[in-house]
Amino acid sequence: METALVGLIALFFAVSLYLLLSKSIIRMLLGVAILGNAVNLLIFTTGRLTAEIPPIVPEDAYAPIQGSANPLPQALILTAIVIGFAMFAFLLVLGYRAYQALDADNTDNMRLAEPEDAPRPPLSY
Amino acid sequence: MATAATSYDALNLPPAMIEGATAPADWIVVWPVALALFGAGLLVMLRNQRPLQSVFAGLIVLAIIVSNVYLLLRVFEAGPLAMTMGKWLPPFGITFVADMTGALFALSASVAAFIVVIFAKVELDGREYRFGFYPLLLLLLCGVSGSFLTGDIFNLYVWFEVMLIASFGLLILGGRRIQIDGAVKYGFLNFLATALFLIAIAYLYGITGTLNMADIARKSAEAPVGPLLTASGLFLFAFGVKAAAFPANAWLPAAYHTPAVAVSALFGGLLTKVGAYAAYRVLVLMLPAGRDMLEPVILAVAVATMILGPLGALAQTNLRRAIGFLVIGGIGVLFAGLTLGTQHGIGGGVIYAVHSILTLTAFYLVGGLVERMSGTQDIRYMGGIYTVNAPLSILFIILVFAMAGLPPFLGLWPKILLVEGGVRAGDWVIVTTLLLNSLLTLIAASRLWAHIFWRNGHEGARSEQPNDTLRRLTSDEVGLGLAPTIALVALIVVLGFFPNWLIEAGGVAAIDLLEPERYISAVFAGVPQS
Amino acid sequence: MNTVIFRTAAPILAALMIMFSIFVLLRGHNEPGGGFIGGLIGASGIAIYGIACGVDAARRALKVHPISLAGLGVFLAALSGFLSLPAAVPFLTGLWATFYVEGAEISLSTPMMFDIGVYFVVVGAVGTIALTLEGGEDD
Repeated sequence: METALVGLIALFFAVSLYLLLSKSIIRMLLGVAILGNAVNLLIFTTGRLTAEIPPIVPEDAYAPIQGSANPLPQALILTAIVIGFAMFAFLLVLGYRAYQALDADNTDNMRLAEPEDAPRPPLSY
Repeated sequence: MATAATSYDALNLPPAMIEGATAPADWIVVWPVALALFGAGLLVMLRNQRPLQSVFAGLIVLAIIVSNVYLLLRVFEAGPLAMTMGKWLPPFGITFVADMTGALFALSASVAAFIVVIFAKVELDGREYRFGFYPLLLLLLCGVSGSFLTGDIFNLYVWFEVMLIASFGLLILGGRRIQIDGAVKYGFLNFLATALFLIAIAYLYGITGTLNMADIARKSAEAPVGPLLTASGLFLFAFGVKAAAFPANAWLPAAYHTPAVAVSALFGGLLTKVGAYAAYRVLVLMLPAGRDMLEPVILAVAVATMILGPLGALAQTNLRRAIGFLVIGGIGVLFAGLTLGTQHGIGGGVIYAVHSILTLTAFYLVGGLVERMSGTQDIRYMGGIYTVNAPLSILFIILVFAMAGLPPFLGLWPKILLVEGGVRAGDWVIVTTLLLNSLLTLIAASRLWAHIFWRNGHEGARSEQPNDTLRRLTSDEVGLGLAPTIALVALIVVLGFFPNWLIEAGGVAAIDLLEPERYISAVFAGVPQS
Repeated sequence: MNTVIFRTAAPILAALMIMFSIFVLLRGHNEPGGGFIGGLIGASGIAIYGIACGVDAARRALKVHPISLAGLGVFLAALSGFLSLPAAVPFLTGLWATFYVEGAEISLSTPMMFDIGVYFVVVGAVGTIALTLEGGEDD
């Protein structure tokens, strides 16, 4: 099971890195979304995969059943999903605004903050 | 019910909750963060009450400064302080810990933020108010203080993201086209850095099975070398991007000159320092073995960043972009302290960070006033400000000297410690580069000064032809812009003249990072020994 | 998007979703549910209303700007932590108060208050983003 998940994580990372290396903002956004999922799966896997017993204390007991799943990675992933969601939403709005305001989806055409024909520094001291 | 109770006792579980009451004074560890969060929420609700907003934000930040001072005094007196949320016993639950490093960083950050709150009054028009400068500032301060005071590595990630979201908001405040451009680059690269940080956390959790920093510090010595190196390398990369160290520095000069000056000042003072702080916390306190293995890499990063920063500043005509490169140069010095990894190196680095937070904030603010007077960001058209506003030129030259580390200003003392550390360790590469960094910073920054203040008019114009595009500062700008900047520079000067307590604090900070026994025992104080 | 069917159904759908979101929020106390997903459902309700009836109508219907709701949420969440101060326990420790109204047990707690705060933060923040994207208003 671990091996399969590791393969999937590697695939996710490869896809997201490929997309993030693109010049188009939309592709980069897709890369961001997939990267978030890759990281979440990684957390899930490093938390060790155990039997499918939910980490919930049964009603008539005071301790979880032996060998139940590790709840901490689930809490971490939930947090990471929420944060990743906020981040993605922000970047999406930003990309949309960049498309509207700069008329550019291609990062090569976004040279407003760092103009290509920037003046040379003055020679005087 | 009675039988159930006995069966619970029969389980004989180890205790999970803290017994006994928590003294209100112990809350001081969370006050800086909680106050900022509270204030941010309140100010968002008061978004239509403009006059109230700035006053309220000022009061909240003042309260945060007071609690940070008290926190620092407590730490001086009694060593690291810890409090675990929700009454859990560590390593469960999220722990907040204030050691000397965290308290010093948090205090300087809140002081810088307070000056910016006042300065922002001149800077912002109605539009930026409407989109919430003050709530975002408090949220940013909340994220920054949270990063400095948390004792849980995953919680550090959460504060990083809080800070990141607030800084996104601040960066596009006002929505000019150039800001959107800067924000795209800032946004994607910083997102990538936090994603890398999270990957590193996942590995670290896989290796040690814990997220509590003190617990990791205890357990990392027995961790297998290979995975530990992977995690440490990822941490270094992630924090290197956050701190804008070479070769991941390109986002900083692309973004920091685009927003309002108050925002630039806040970013230049606080944000990159959080990356450097996290590198110190993780690589020195938690994973010392990882730092030792990565030392050649950190050395290369430090040397390249120290040289590249001032050289980049030399090549700029845009004033705030030039200051952005000076920020990068300062990050190089912080990484030099990390490379040394000795008491002098770490202590010098911590003091340098305090100096850098205050000095760079002031640098941006002075730069902002200069921009207002000349109506341009281009240093070629700024000449002659000396004749219009002489005090500003004095402030600027003080900051130039402080930044380069010339006596008697604040920048000197950490540099002395770092150079002494380098000499003691026999690390001549670091010593040479540190001195070269000072020289280059002095050349780059004093060249800015010469162009802005000393020369009479525009570049290329005859020297006797005065610059007639300059305007004087209005009384509002003097009262709310110049006065707080003078106060901040005065603080830098005073700290430079009386650095004894700061050097002592830096020493304590370094010892607590290098030998974390006091830190660990503060976190696990309430845990019964088994 | 602007069909009669959708425009007629959307207000009812939005009302249902907001009601359901509150149910999910309160259910989250002991069972699956909670502030975050409740908030997402609520924000989707606002978004659907905005798509069908126009962003201006949605803003008018909300009365307050959604970002103020987010502020209220942060405020409530922070406040729930401060309630631990008089109880002499660490920040954010759960505190419970149980009432009996006509035989029914009602438990109020600071975790619930925190969760309501999360709900408002999510409704406010996601609602703001959704309405911004729908309306194209500069924000």
